[in-house]
This record gives sequence, structure tokens and C-alpha cells, in this order.
Amino acid sequence: MLELAIGIILGGCALGAGCAMIAGIGPGIGEGNAVAKACEAIGRQPECKSEVTTTMLMGCAVAETTGLYALIIAFLLIFVAPGRFVDILLDAVE
Amino acid sequence: MLIDILLLLGIILPIVAGIAIKVLCIPASSGISITGAHVFFTVDLPFGGMPITEAQVNSWLVITSIFFLCLYLTRNMNTRKQSRRQIIAEWIVEKTDNLVRSNMGKNFMGFVPFIAAMLALSAFSSLLSLVGLFAPTSDLNVVAGWAILVFVLITYYKMKCGPLHYLKSFCEPVPFLAPLNLISEIATPVSMSLRHYGNILSGSVISVILASGLTVLSEKLLGSIGDFPFFRVGIPGVLSVYFDVFSGCLQAFIFAMLTMVYVSGAFAEDDYNRRKQKKQAKETL
Repeated sequence: MLELAIGIILGGCALGAGCAMIAGIGPGIGEGNAVAKACEAIGRQPECKSEVTTTMLMGCAVAETTGLYALIIAFLLIFVAPGRFVDILLDAVE
Repeated sequence: MLIDILLLLGIILPIVAGIAIKVLCIPASSGISITGAHVFFTVDLPFGGMPITEAQVNSWLVITSIFFLCLYLTRNMNTRKQSRRQIIAEWIVEKTDNLVRSNMGKNFMGFVPFIAAMLALSAFSSLLSLVGLFAPTSDLNVVAGWAILVFVLITYYKMKCGPLHYLKSFCEPVPFLAPLNLISEIATPVSMSLRHYGNILSGSVISVILASGLTVLSEKLLGSIGDFPFFRVGIPGVLSVYFDVFSGCLQAFIFAMLTMVYVSGAFAEDDYNRRKQKKQAKETL
């Protein structure tokens, strides 16, 4: 019975990490849009390439934040949460 | 000449010391495992134990290294005959000057050393993973410390127009939205620190996962030749160029950039000037 419970915890953590990374879609689309527009801008005005590139990288990094939040949650679920949850379960069983 | 060599040694020795500390004090893990910073020992303080971790030790090593690098670059400055390192030092100062002037305006030129220090510390800390050491920026505590420092600066510049003005800024556009304004105020350091930390951490975790995958692959395919993981030669280096070099430098730049934008945005210049004029008018009366 205990093995089953631990198995459910591990499986749930892995599933949760996978679901959390769905958030990667958003920054992907957003950054793609930003880069596309930057390419257009450089095509129109090649002389301001460096400024456009700097601003684009900055915007990309800011847009990436939501994806990184999901990534940190996923890391926590994979590397930290299973141990904690199993400890809680064992404490409860005792 | 002797001093030059000593300064160069001062740049290199902290890194060598870091590698020595890692080899001597941290037990080698069997296989590949992902752990946080290794805790060397805990100092007992009245308010609880303070762990001295790998991240703290490594960041102090980076600080020492940068200190000697600055001394090395600025030694024997000469207006007539410029040496090569003087040109490098001048180039760095000029670039940071221009960066701060274009992003913060002329009132904030005092921020140049701070921004340069932040850039150097952040970039070199991230680049430390190139020599196989634990990058201090992949520990949330280090980056959160920097972000709290920036938060204090932002609050200081918002307070410049008087504490009442600062409190009033929470009640905009309607007093009813004050809790949301409070949350967005706190979200600034949180998002800044998590962005930097998440980028560096994800790079190191992906590198470790790739390395372990390549070990298994070479065991399966080339296991008959020997135990040595042949696929781990060179291939992780390609990813390292992106995750360690590019991402590390980019995150340092973005952290400095956001610091500049937030701090200069926090200072309401018009209000400050108006208050100053009012005060002067009162004094002259």
C-alpha cells in the first residue's frame, strides 16, 4: 500500500512538472513575435540595427520571465517536492 | 614588472583556490546528481545558524578576482604613452558612461561605478561555471540579495519627494487599488531575481541532463571499447557556449539595464524640482 502511495506521489510530481511547462508556449510565441518585428524594423532601417537588437534582447528577456517561473516550479516539482511529500506521508503513516 | 605578475596572480589564484576548495572539501557524488550549493559549515549566531555555502565562497572569490583585474588594468596610467590595458580600461569606462547616460540621464552619472560593478560581478559569476565551479548566480540567495539592494535604491528615489508623496503614489489612480500597487511594488525584486536565477539554473540543469544522457548513450553504443564516455567530449561545449557564455552575459546586461530603468523611473524629476523651487522661495522670503 505504501509503495502505491509513493508511486502516486512521484507520478503526480512528474505530471505536474510536465503540465507546468505548458507555460513555455506563451513566451515562445511572444518572443517569436518580438524577433519578427525586430527583423522587419532592421529590414526597413538597417542603420539602427544595434539599437533594435539591444531593445529586442531586453524585451525578450522580460517576456521570458513567465516561462522561467514555470520552469522553476517544474524544477521544484522534480527535484525537491517528491522528497518532501514522501517525508510528509511517512510521518503521517507513523 | 614584479607587481604586474603579482596582480595577474591575484586574478588567477582565487579561481585556482576555488577549484582546490571544490576538490578538497566537496565529496565526489556517484554518477550525476543535481543539488544546490554545498554547505561548508554553519556559523552559530544569536538569531539562528548562518550556513556558509559554496555560493558565498565563490562569489567572494569572484570579487577578489575582479578587484585585482581592476588594479591590473589601471596600473601605470599615462596620458602620453597609452599601454594596451589602459585602452581596455578606458573603453570599459567609456561604454558604461554612455550606457548610463543614455538610459538614466545626466542626473544619475553617480551610478556609473555601481552599474559597472553589478555588470562585472554578475557576468563573472555566471562565467565561473566555465571552469567547472558552482556559479553563485545559480543560487537564488545571491541574486535575491542584489535585487533587494536595487529595491532599496528604488524606494530611496521614490522617497526623495517626501514620504507623503511616496505613500500617495500607492493610491493612484484610485485608493481602492492600493493592495494591487503594493503587490506590483514587491513583484519588481521578485521577478528580477527569479529571472536571473532561473536562466542560469536552467542552463546548468540542462547541461547536467545532457551530460548524463550522453554518458548512457556512449555506454550503450561504444561500451565495447571502454568505460570512457566518448560522447561527452566536445558535444556539451556547444550548449555551454549558449547557456554559460551568451546567457550569462545577457542576463548580466539585462539585470543592469533593469536596475537603470527602474531606478531612473522611480525618481519623479518634475515634482522634485518643483518642491526644491518652493523651498528656495520660502527661504528667500
